[in-house]
Formats: sequence, structure tokens, C-alpha cells
Amino acid sequence: MTMVEKADLAEPNESELAAKIDAEQVRMERRRKIEAFLIPMTTVVSLLLIWQFGVRFFEVPMYIAPAPSDVGAALIKQFPLLLTNFWPTFYESVLGFFVGNLAAVCIAVAFVHNKTVQKAFFPIAVFINTIPILAVAPILILILGPGLSAKIVIVSLICFFPTLVNMVRGLQAVSPQALELARILSATKSEIFWKIRLPSSLPFLFSALKIAATTSVIGAIVGEWVGADVGLGALILDSSFNFRAALLYATVFMSSGLSVILFASVTIAERLIVRWHT
Amino acid sequence: MSVNETAQTQATGFSPVAASLKNASVRFGSFTAIENLSLDIEEGAFYTILGPSGCGKSTMLRLVSDLIPAASGDVRIFGKTTEEARIAREFAFVFQDSTLLPWRTALANVELPLEMGRKRGVKIPLSDKSPMELLELVGLKGRENALPHELSGGMRQRVAIARALVCKPKLLLMDEPFGALDEMTRDHLNLQLLQIWKETGVTILFVTHSIPEAVFLGQKVLMLQAHPGRLKEIVDIDLPHPRQIKLRDTAPFTRYTAHLRELLETC
Repeated sequence: MTMVEKADLAEPNESELAAKIDAEQVRMERRRKIEAFLIPMTTVVSLLLIWQFGVRFFEVPMYIAPAPSDVGAALIKQFPLLLTNFWPTFYESVLGFFVGNLAAVCIAVAFVHNKTVQKAFFPIAVFINTIPILAVAPILILILGPGLSAKIVIVSLICFFPTLVNMVRGLQAVSPQALELARILSATKSEIFWKIRLPSSLPFLFSALKIAATTSVIGAIVGEWVGADVGLGALILDSSFNFRAALLYATVFMSSGLSVILFASVTIAERLIVRWHT
Repeated sequence: MSVNETAQTQATGFSPVAASLKNASVRFGSFTAIENLSLDIEEGAFYTILGPSGCGKSTMLRLVSDLIPAASGDVRIFGKTTEEARIAREFAFVFQDSTLLPWRTALANVELPLEMGRKRGVKIPLSDKSPMELLELVGLKGRENALPHELSGGMRQRVAIARALVCKPKLLLMDEPFGALDEMTRDHLNLQLLQIWKETGVTILFVTHSIPEAVFLGQKVLMLQAHPGRLKEIVDIDLPHPRQIKLRDTAPFTRYTAHLRELLETC
């Protein structure tokens, strides 16, 4: 009798316990998330505070190193100026990103389908990659002039090589059994390409695109240094020549913001498209 | 001799022949994987293939499925050459690894054979079961939208079986399909495979490393021997159908496994 009662009592207790454990787990999970956010934030804020008080305490002149508060003020006050220079750099980076990566993907496809093409052109691709972009930028500005097109070419050159190498690897990273399956199904080369090779190369492509997202901004700024009167690169040169350190720092901040936007866009696209990698 | 006549002469035996090998040899460079293998596979039967490693079990399936050519001899499937049979989708292959495309859902993976080969003149045979019904047949109802990484190893292999059945093959070639699974899952899939065999009437050639699995599934066990790969013996398994797991603990079953183990040791 007592046993039965005990058993009856045990049931709600157990489910209550389970609910408690669940609640505890949810709480732990939330705490982990908050910690993952708070710990790096605290570091950043502390570093900014050390910088702020260091600059004030040692009375460092503003034209050498501005305090974070000065940079913040410049960012707000000069925002229209920063924004007019942001858009050209944005267009150069994005257009160059597309041109360079598209070329890399197309050439990778040609390489994978034709070994002779690969043997003929891969050394040239390696050679182009070994030329420092800063050395080739003036040549391109000479040829194409100080306008948009020279910067697009510089950006696409800097994006090109990592994507080419990764894409070739991705297209070849098909399991031999998948190819045997395709043969048993009497698949054509184009069916194998569209239904097997291309999708399986996408994780490789996206890891290359993430690299390209940040290097494309470097390419655009380098291009603007060599010859431009607008753009974040031009503003960096201008503000440093005129000892406007707060504006210089604010421009650098905008440049890294542009990199973050491009990188985040690629990451979001990857999450939406490559859903099979856990 | 035309293809039809060949089919007829081969079919004049006792029961119709699904696949026939005549003095077939396979060589990889100077290495002989299979030598002078002659064998008729009866239509509708369940064959399991056993043998020591290097005896050419997998090579034999690859030969029949037109993945590798015969160095000499002749291989016919329902009277056709292996290439003709491949284009007519007479056979399907299940690999040891499920070989699912990771970006396709279970259902889309089953549909893959319907999307390939048309440009090479493949007339895709219409199955009486839709891809959805095939997933139901292998016990995956409700998981059709799952991606392969969301499924267990056993479930992935069941998707691969459903994919193999989608073009209604007359011959099913299975290369250690359950080799990587745990024993419980394997038992379950063995029973399911026997049921599918009964329902569809497909001829099955099933390579395995496991003697009990070979006896449990097979009507006939082909024992191959190595160096070079040859047929050693065909053992008829005279055990009643439908088979249950507990059959494995009966005396007739263990007599077969003991006999096969002895044969394997003398290979």
C-alpha cells in the first residue's frame, strides 16, 4: 500500500525535477551567452579607458595621439565628410570583390575540366600573386587613370588568388564513391558539375570569400593611396598630412567598419546557402 | 547473335538468368583480381558473397555494374552487355558508405537517379512506388526533409536503399552496405532488406564480411577464394522464409555458419 503511494508520489516529483533541471540548463545557457558577450566587451572598454586616461595623464598632444573621446567626437562631427568618402571605397571594394571572385571561380572551373589549361595558366596565376599589390597599383593607375576602374582591377587582383586555389580544391573534393554513383547513373559531365561538384565546392568557396571580404577593402584603400581624391584611402592620406589625427582615426574606424560589413554579409550568405555543414 | 537471342539461349536453363559471367577476368596492371569466373545468377534470388579479403568480392560487383571492364570473358545482365544494362537502369548499387549528397534532403537524395542520365539516352524506368512511398517502405516516413547529417548511420543507409530502388532495378548490387553499422541496427536492416526483397522480387547480390549475415540473408552463398579471385563453392541455404532473428540460434543455422567458416579457412 505504502509502496503504491510512494510510486504515485514519485511521478509528479520526477517531472518536477526534470522541469527544474531544464530550467537550470536554460539558465546556464543564458549565462554562457552573456559571459561570451560580457568578457570581451569588458576588455575592450578597459583598454579604451586606459587609452583615454593615458593620453590625458601624459598630456599627449592631440595631433600625435587623440583620446577615444576625440575620435568619437570627430566621428560624429565629420560624419557627412566620412560618409561621402565611404561610398566610393564601398563601391570599389564590392565591385572588385565580384569581378575578382567571379574570374577566380570561372578559371577554377576551366582548370578542373582541362588539365592542360591548368598547366599552362597556373604558374602565371602564381606569378601574379607574388607581385606585391603596392608595387603594381601605380602601373594600373597609369594605364587606367585615377578613376573607379583602376581600383576595381586592384581589388579583383587581391581577391583573385585565394579564391582560385580554394575553388580548385573544392571542385576536386568530391568523394570517389559519389563519382562512381554518377557513373552508374550514366550522368553527363555537366550533370556531375551542376549536381555534385559545384555544391560540394561551396564550403571551400565561402572560406575563400571570407578572406576576400576583408582583403578587398585593403585593395581599395591601397588603390586610393596611389591616386584618388575621394574615398577612405584618400581621406586617410589627407588627414595625416594635415595632422588631423582625430579625423584620421575616425577614418580608420570607418574602414574597419566596411570590412566588418562585407565579412558579415558573406557569413550570412554562407549560413543561408551552406546548411549542411554542422 | 543479337542481344535477344543471347537472352533466350541463356534463359533456356532451369530458371531465368539475371546475370551471367563467362570466363570473366579482371586485371589491374599485372595483378589479377578475378580469374576465369563463370557463374549464372538466377533471377529473383538472394545471393550473398563471402570470401577472404582480396578475393575480388567488391571487384565482382564493380565488374557487373560496369564500373570496371573485364580484361577477358563476357558479362551479361538480362542478356545485355553491362553498358547497355547500365543505360537501361537494369541494376542499382548500394555502397558501404551511404554516398548521400549532404546538401540534399532525404527525399531529394532518393530523387537523384530520376534527374541524371537523360542526356546519355537513359530512359528512366517508372517505378510503381514514388520516392515518398519508397522512404516509407524503408521506415523513414516523416524524415523526408531531414538532411543526411541529421540522420543516423542506419537511416542514411536506408535512404541509400530507397534511392537504389527508385528506378525499379531488376538487380540490386550491395557492397557491404551494413558493414559500418552496429549490430542492433544491422539486424533490423537485415530483416527490412528481406522484406523489401520479398515485396519487390528484385535479384540481390550482397557482399559481406560476416558469415552469420551471409547465411541469414542468402538463399545461396557464393564463396570466393583469393590469389587470384575465383569461385570456390556455391552453398545453398535451405532455411525457411520469412526469417526471424532467432533463426540464428538454431542448429541448422549454426551448421551452415560452421561449414562456411571451415571453407573460409581453407581458402
